[in-house]
Amino acid sequence: MSERTDWPLWEVFVRARRGLSHTHAGSLHAPDAEFALRNARDLYTRRGEGVSIWVVPSAAVTASSPDEKDPFFAPAADKPYRHPTFYEIPDGVKHL
Amino acid sequence: MTALAGGAAGGTASAGAGAPGTAGAAGQAPDARTAAFDAAVAAEERIEPRDWMPDAYRATLVRQMAQHAHSEIIGMQPEANWITRAPSLRRKAILMAKVQDEAGHGLYLYSAAETLGTGRDELLDKLHAGRQKYSSIFNYPTLTWADVGAIGWLVDGAAITNQVPLCRCSYGPYARAMVRICKEESFHQRQGFELLMALSKGTPEQHAMAQDAVDRWWWPSLMMFGPPDDESAHSAQSMAWKIKRFSNDELRRRFVDICVPQAEALGLTLPDPDLRWNPDKGENGGHEHGPIDWAEFQAVLKGNGPCNEQRIAQRRAAHEEGAWVRDAAAAYAAKHAAGEHGKAEAA
Ligand SMILES: [Fe+2]
Ligand SMILES: [Fe+2]
Repeated sequence: MSERTDWPLWEVFVRARRGLSHTHAGSLHAPDAEFALRNARDLYTRRGEGVSIWVVPSAAVTASSPDEKDPFFAPAADKPYRHPTFYEIPDGVKHL
Repeated sequence: MTALAGGAAGGTASAGAGAPGTAGAAGQAPDARTAAFDAAVAAEERIEPRDWMPDAYRATLVRQMAQHAHSEIIGMQPEANWITRAPSLRRKAILMAKVQDEAGHGLYLYSAAETLGTGRDELLDKLHAGRQKYSSIFNYPTLTWADVGAIGWLVDGAAITNQVPLCRCSYGPYARAMVRICKEESFHQRQGFELLMALSKGTPEQHAMAQDAVDRWWWPSLMMFGPPDDESAHSAQSMAWKIKRFSNDELRRRFVDICVPQAEALGLTLPDPDLRWNPDKGENGGHEHGPIDWAEFQAVLKGNGPCNEQRIAQRRAAHEEGAWVRDAAAAYAAKHAAGEHGKAEAA
């Protein structure tokens, strides 16, 4: 019997067509990057969903805290002047 | 920032395996976390892998997603039984594509289950040991080629009726897997319908074969929606958690209403003498059907269906006979990791 350990987990990103960025499609197990690419092709692009695939070891992803109210994102909350709707422009002024 | 130990990216994969109270939620009191969870569910927000969630919610999801994943891969067997005997190259190519899709569905769902910290090996072990279930529909045999059509039309049809509402399940990775699966399912149902149509319009023998298949698959398909609402053990809680959106009986009613006119179009009958239209049912009327044999359902569930042993034995054999492939791939990966690096260039 073989050693019972799962192959490493990989995150799969697919570019649907030229001009679009790669988007996270899902994940899969594979022994190495080359197999991960092949498996990703078979698993996530069976109907022409992509023209390019990235695979990234899941363990290599660094993420922010899952809490949406995390203070990490607080600096963005009190700066409404970064949005165009913050500014008052008289009616009738065009192309602004 | 937290490095993700076991997986990542807020996608299907995850981490924080079994780590309730990661990061942000860690400092909160237990009832505050429950309140935050309940509020998120009530507001139709999605729960993501690293969010705090009640242990029972996690356990329910792991059980349901695992059972769903197992059903997809066990479900490959009854249809694969006919690949070598498909009547034309066209039908053979279609059937292979369908069975391959079901493997894919299994993989999407195992990934989704893994986001809650249960490894794939563990899930497969439980399937092989009979400690986790799969849909009992796959314990019926595929006796003729027409069964491939009846499965596509009725079994995939029932699965679609069940799965469309799961696209709005409160658990994000499960909902995302279901969106992908539902996109692929409609081909499954249509190819089955078309196959039955060809037989139904064929020779008298072919027509009889199609009718026989529908006669055998109709009742087990209705059982796929699970026990009646008043006997369904987990339903109420799953509805409250918005894992489930409609009751078993409601989904079953919808399915019957969809199938009746489709059977007419096929020129086939459904094997239920009590099936009739009731204009007073619900808002717009609906079909009444005869009693379902729940004793049969329970017997198959307990392992006494026609094919229970065969399905698990075949699954175990496939797993064990594939061991050398997994070993070889791992050895190859280890050898190359020791040698050259940087194989995975971004394109
Ligand atoms: Fe499926
Ligand atoms: Fe399917």
